[in-house]
Amino acid sequence: MSHNPSIPHRLIGQDAPPAPSLVRATFTTLWNPINGFFEWFGELGLFSWQVLRASVRRPFEGQELLRQFDEIGSKSLPLVALAGAAIGFVLALESRSSLVHFGAQSMLPAALVYSIIHETGPIVTGLVVSGRVGAGIGAELGSMKVTEQIDAIEASGVNPYKFLAFTRILACILVLPLLTIAADFCGVLFGWIAEALAEPVSFHRFISQGFALSTFRDFLAPTFRTVVFGLIIGTIGCFQGMRTKGGTAGVGLSATSSVVLSSLFVILADVILVKIILVFFS
Amino acid sequence: MMPATQQVFLDGQEGAATPATETFGKQSAGPAAVVLRDLHKSFGTQIVLDGIKLTVNSGETLAVLGRSGTGKSVLLKLIIGLQAPDSGSILVHDQEITRLDLEALNAARKKMGFLFQNAALYDSLSVEQNIAFPLKRHTKMTASERGDRVKQLLSSVGMESDLKKMPGDISGGMQKRVGLARALALDPGILLLDEPTAGLDPITSGEIDELILKLQEEHHMASIVVTHDLQSAKTIADRLALLHEGTVLIEGSFEDLEKSDNEFVSEFMKRDS
Repeated sequence: MSHNPSIPHRLIGQDAPPAPSLVRATFTTLWNPINGFFEWFGELGLFSWQVLRASVRRPFEGQELLRQFDEIGSKSLPLVALAGAAIGFVLALESRSSLVHFGAQSMLPAALVYSIIHETGPIVTGLVVSGRVGAGIGAELGSMKVTEQIDAIEASGVNPYKFLAFTRILACILVLPLLTIAADFCGVLFGWIAEALAEPVSFHRFISQGFALSTFRDFLAPTFRTVVFGLIIGTIGCFQGMRTKGGTAGVGLSATSSVVLSSLFVILADVILVKIILVFFS
Repeated sequence: MMPATQQVFLDGQEGAATPATETFGKQSAGPAAVVLRDLHKSFGTQIVLDGIKLTVNSGETLAVLGRSGTGKSVLLKLIIGLQAPDSGSILVHDQEITRLDLEALNAARKKMGFLFQNAALYDSLSVEQNIAFPLKRHTKMTASERGDRVKQLLSSVGMESDLKKMPGDISGGMQKRVGLARALALDPGILLLDEPTAGLDPITSGEIDELILKLQEEHHMASIVVTHDLQSAKTIADRLALLHEGTVLIEGSFEDLEKSDNEFVSEFMKRDS
């Protein structure tokens, strides 16, 4: 039987998919992302288990760990310090105009220090390191994966989960609180500079007023919650890097997804940890 | 009727419907270093290896040929335990690789050297550090002993003057040489070479072939060379195995393969010659 070419096939019913296949296609379209989501978490769990298992076995790769301290810690320091300084400076400028409005400008040092050590310092450090280190780890391990360097490490009888992943994750965990202290210090320092430019005040007096309402305990819990940020950044970066597929495009994707996912999880962890700290440490 | 030196073995038992493997001549003497039995490997629905049987003896070089995507590189990765087979047995020096835990597998890997297709040198480490990498982790050598061993290995591949260079600063052929030196660092009994001459010009390919032959004579290893380069296979291999549709279609010397009246074998030898 011939048909009029001006009439689309689907109107005649020749090529229209039967109803069950349409249902299947819709189901597949909906199911695939859900399946992918759970698959990702499953693979992340397996990866974490492999790293944990490798971490307790000799050798402990001390030299590689030191190299990662330098890569992740020392090389992130200028950026983190700059971010902390900028936040401190801007926070002081913005807060001053509001506090002057209510006649509470003497509260500025205390408000600034409290804000920086409780929230701004840790989260800014977490996000800056997510961007710099997350992308770095994702891209480095991704390119090692696609050029078979990870296979070469494994083929030479060395566990890549320990040599590549554990050293980076541990370095992130240990370095994040130190970087947070640097960000806090620069934030407070540049907050004082901003304040001193508006109304001369000595650094000693600024610090005394600033820490009048804060105790060491106030500083401890928020700073050490960045250990969790370090764990997240290191784990996600290594995981995304070591599962890279598909050449240079895959490497780019790994770097991007490392940054996006680690930033997202750092923010989520921050929300949860702040609540926990408020419940247990306040 | 087959000539006296030719035998035809059917995969599996007598009367099995699986494809026939032509095996020519005799395998060279020496204990078996690698024995593959009925090896199967699939990726999803794609069957890559479908019952591979191969034996490589100590001191022998086997070249594995075949079209792209026939599982030649996968075969090497199965032998060194980078991938696991779906079924079948891999004996390396009489040790069943597929049943080893990670620690035992790592111990077995120390007896094997692997040259990857693109050398896979660690690009954050210098040439010297690349070769010292396995030595540092698996031997109790002092730094000076390690340094001497690295120099000796680099000298054997003709690169003693490039100790401090980074992998990105040397050519593809030089990277292959460094990869070869790294593969030989622990003095392995088995050498696995994945396309050692791929992407190299004919002169450099010839140099790499000569180097492999020289190292083979010095170290008396069992070598498995995956290659598309028939000229290279002819130069370095004692025996060739042609993979086709997941099985070993034919095994024998270069001349045996050339003489084969199998249509695919003839086509393959013609195309690459």
